[in-house]
Amino acid sequence: MDLRQELYTLNLGPQHPSTHGVFRVLLTLDGETVVDADSIPGYLHRGIEKIVENRTYAQVIPYTDRLDYLASMLMNWGYVMAVEKLAGIEVPERAEYIRVIVGELQRIASHQIAVGSMISDLGGLTGFIYNFRDREYILDLLEMLSGSRMTYSYMRIGGVASDINDEFIRKTREFLAYFPKHGIEEYNNFITGNEIFQARTKNIAVVPREKAIDMGLSGPVLRASGVYHDLRKVRPYSVYPHFDFEVPIGENGDCFDRFYLHILEMEQSLRIIEQALDNLPDGPIMAKVPRNFKPPVGEAYAEVESSKGILGVYVVSDGSPKPYRVHFRRPSFINLGHFADMIKGWKIADVIAILASLDIVLGEVDC
Amino acid sequence: MFETIFVDAANWLRNLLASINLSPFVVEIFMHVVKMVVILVFVILNVMWLVYMERKVSARFQCRVGPDRNGPYGLAQILNDVAKLISKEMIIPDHANKIMYLLAPILIFAPPMAILAVTPMGEGMAAVDLNLGLYYFIAIAAINTIVIWMAGWSSNNKYSLVGGMRAVAQMVSYEIPLLLALVGIIVLTGTLNLNGIVEAQRDVWLIFTQPLAFFIYFIAAMAEANRAPFDLVEGESEIISGPYTEYSGMGFAMFFLAEYANLLIMAIMTTTLFLGGWLAPFGWTFLPSWLWFIIKVYFVIWVAMWLRWTFPRLRVDHLMNLAWKFLVPLAIANIFVTGLAKYFIG
Repeated sequence: MDLRQELYTLNLGPQHPSTHGVFRVLLTLDGETVVDADSIPGYLHRGIEKIVENRTYAQVIPYTDRLDYLASMLMNWGYVMAVEKLAGIEVPERAEYIRVIVGELQRIASHQIAVGSMISDLGGLTGFIYNFRDREYILDLLEMLSGSRMTYSYMRIGGVASDINDEFIRKTREFLAYFPKHGIEEYNNFITGNEIFQARTKNIAVVPREKAIDMGLSGPVLRASGVYHDLRKVRPYSVYPHFDFEVPIGENGDCFDRFYLHILEMEQSLRIIEQALDNLPDGPIMAKVPRNFKPPVGEAYAEVESSKGILGVYVVSDGSPKPYRVHFRRPSFINLGHFADMIKGWKIADVIAILASLDIVLGEVDC
Repeated sequence: MFETIFVDAANWLRNLLASINLSPFVVEIFMHVVKMVVILVFVILNVMWLVYMERKVSARFQCRVGPDRNGPYGLAQILNDVAKLISKEMIIPDHANKIMYLLAPILIFAPPMAILAVTPMGEGMAAVDLNLGLYYFIAIAAINTIVIWMAGWSSNNKYSLVGGMRAVAQMVSYEIPLLLALVGIIVLTGTLNLNGIVEAQRDVWLIFTQPLAFFIYFIAAMAEANRAPFDLVEGESEIISGPYTEYSGMGFAMFFLAEYANLLIMAIMTTTLFLGGWLAPFGWTFLPSWLWFIIKVYFVIWVAMWLRWTFPRLRVDHLMNLAWKFLVPLAIANIFVTGLAKYFIG
């Protein structure tokens, strides 16, 4: 008997449980195997870069919250750093330390989502909830500082909005004591060590070192391929040179490495927070910034290592109270550029695992 | 006193009918109708309890509370859920094969009901004491595949189609190790009658004499019942809801409830075949046999839930490898060893 065979097209997304929002992939499938793919982002495009041209410099900060809404602190940080560079503002050391503390707390929270969504996309919902349970601690801490759980708008041009108090320090130390034992160890026992999880992620969608560099990847996705590149080390900013920490590196560049780096980086973030709390200097938390803030004509580019990779912010000033142009180099978007290529030859189930391992946030991808 | 409560009730009813001078044939027909209704009620009550239990068990595993607002301990949650689903419109997609599409959610309940007819739930408590009980179970359970495939094919949706294809591939593959694992039991007990198999476990349960068969059977039965980590057919994070994607309202509810009916069947068969059915362990006959049966069934269900909320999902090719490269050879080896033991030891 002669059976007719043909390829078929499957439209994965924008409404789909595992596309982390409204990402869309057009798959050409042979049975369950991906033959061709086309990734179509843009369903969450809000034109933030254009909107902020009509806002004053300080009013831009809440918009940056909405880029990577799982790491709003780091988004704030990237923007205020660019403006401070543009206006030549010197940030007080205490403010820098506070930024490091909240930034690293935010990095842990963001990585928890990465870890949790990875296991939930592979079908194990319990691991997802464990991560959310522990993330709650961090959200409570950051809420204590900023009054908000996700969109903090905590950083200001020249410093931070409010000083940290003893209660915050006590609670943060409690978290530092709690998390390695009950959080990270549980993730490792429950998720990382699971046979099925390892079978589903090891040697899946390997990105070789050269390819990772060529594609401009950054963050854990790049480091998983064995490239030692973390802005906090290679182009240090803020007060990161004061701290002793390591940059974990992956070996194979497969889904498992991309996943596991997130857990390793959480440990390093804990180390940084502990040192920052120990050495927290006294002093003001805001630099002198004029109320009617008009930076001189010029342009500035600042970059921070966000939880997803290098967040670059480019600000152009024409001397008015509003920025002439703001551009965000969003790590999720650039990391996702390689996606259609990565999934070719893998099964539908792997497509989901690979997307989860890239740890994208659609707010940032579409901007 | 409670030991024979159901058997006594049946006999009382039978005598009552006979005393009003009905012919034995009519009495027989009437008794079968009563048994059918009892099985229906048994399935519905258990399934509703299982939905609640799954939500509570998963909540405990996930450091949550679970439903606790509707009624005492959230017990009314399932009633509210079902009431909601009944009140919803059942949408039939364009270009769907209407007859198959509507028939699938109805037929999905047929195999569990039919299987329950032959399972002994206590001493002398099988609706039909069929001599070919085990054979019947295997044959009827296979119908599930066709129903799920019907749903997947008729929905006119690619996710449903992928889910249907997965269902056929998975369930046909796992039928084979399941069947081969049961051969060991047949060799040892020498009967296909489920009551006979339970009786044969009076001295020692088959899980101890056939541990390998139990292991294979349990994995294969989990795959047959589409329970995680073998829930590829639904594969929520990959193919939305597989064959059930397009169903809404009561159509969806039927599939949802049938999933638990299948879990119940899986647990009942595991109990009957390997855990001594309604026999009391260590001669603890202070509890009636049907209660022991329920306790064992719920223990198996609890283990299934434990596995579901612990493991992530397998990939489709790993699943096939597990069945064909691991379970089937193991099952054949088990038959060989069992045969040798039977021949030499007796």
